[in-house]
Amino acid sequence: MPSNDNKHYVPRDRNWHPPAHAPGYKTTVARSPRQALVSLLSPTVSERAGPDFTRLRMGPHDNDLLLNFREDPALAGSAGLPIGERVIMFGRVVDQFGKPVPHTLVEMWQANAGGRYRHKKDRYLAPLDPNFGGVGRCLTDESGWYRFRTVKPGPYPWPNDVNSWRPAHIHVSVMGPSISTRLVTQMYFEGDPLIPLCPIVNTLRDPEAVETMIGRLDMANSRSMDCLAYRFDLVVRGELQTYFENQG
Amino acid sequence: MHQPNTRPLTQSLLKETASQTAGPYVHIGLALDIAGLPPREEEIWNRLASDDARGERIELVGRVIDGNGDTVRDALLEAWQADADGEYQCRFDLQAPFNSFGRTAATVENDGEWTFSTVKPGAVALPDGRKMAPHVNLAVFARGVNVQLHTRLYFDDERDANDACPILNSVESPTRRRTLIAIREEAGEQRRYRFDIRLQGEGETVFFDF
Repeated sequence: MPSNDNKHYVPRDRNWHPPAHAPGYKTTVARSPRQALVSLLSPTVSERAGPDFTRLRMGPHDNDLLLNFREDPALAGSAGLPIGERVIMFGRVVDQFGKPVPHTLVEMWQANAGGRYRHKKDRYLAPLDPNFGGVGRCLTDESGWYRFRTVKPGPYPWPNDVNSWRPAHIHVSVMGPSISTRLVTQMYFEGDPLIPLCPIVNTLRDPEAVETMIGRLDMANSRSMDCLAYRFDLVVRGELQTYFENQG
Repeated sequence: MHQPNTRPLTQSLLKETASQTAGPYVHIGLALDIAGLPPREEEIWNRLASDDARGERIELVGRVIDGNGDTVRDALLEAWQADADGEYQCRFDLQAPFNSFGRTAATVENDGEWTFSTVKPGAVALPDGRKMAPHVNLAVFARGVNVQLHTRLYFDDERDANDACPILNSVESPTRRRTLIAIREEAGEQRRYRFDIRLQGEGETVFFDF
């Protein structure tokens, strides 16, 4: 991998991200390491490289959740649409230097408009939507842009405190150029009053860090008589070149 | 006008988007079959090597275990490994005999076990000529895991290579180093290695920051 030999990444700021042990989110208590992470002072090719998904074959509606699922496959692409507020979720993937990250895989998943996931294990009272699956994926373009069309997910209750609710959110996964830049997060919707009440949001200690997870209503990119748009830019770790080898 | 050379470098950097747990329904997005969703045209899954791949075919299996000793049944893992020649195949292509990247998940059917079907990776050379013992990088995602955990799986039948591996040796405690070694099992004709990942407490797996 000669192309990666001189690359490394801006160290991840572990005080910016949520700590592993964040007792307000109860499940972290038994799932957080007690030992310190072992820092690799010189990450190797194993950490600097990562998969390139430009040859992954995708379907024409993989990024269009309004069209990509029908309980009855015979109705695929038909007029039956999911219930809920139609939204465009879009944005740009850039690194910490503001450099666009082209051709990288962005994946997302979410509950339907009633707050119910299409998952064997979700038993929430809200019904499944026969026309909504809840998964999307796409590659960013040359300039790092990605785009999905979906419905706004509903909030839902979950067992943490006696009455905890998740704000409306879309899970987002981005690969970036390396396994070092791998990032999974959640996009929240600007103005949602449930955001400051959420134990998972509150695993973050810095209010500025919460701001990085909020999709902004973007009227300029909304479509008249069709759908609203939320812009959600993603920042992955910055890539540096090492000009001088410090070994030997 | 901005005065050059006055602002600390860190302030000229954007902050990374903050991480959040992948949650219990991660399968809808990254492991559709486990959620009960139909497959799309191509899915990224746990078979890294086809029958045509060069090298020794192996299976990796294990569980993710929490601080109470219970199996984490919603864990999702990502693997990243070199091919049998010690080279990373970065271009993911399901038509190719080998891919360096794959995903798996704890499944109900196997009582919370995950599996990868792959080939044993070769030793990977460092620029200074030293070699890293054969290994697989693994990232663990789950409900209650706020930022994915990165570990490495090494092989117990590569003792000499393991003893000389600079990364394995960067783990100071020999006891902790052992948490990174998968144990070979007899499983008929299939060569299988078991690697349990302990998130917390006794035998806690080494996790890396890089």
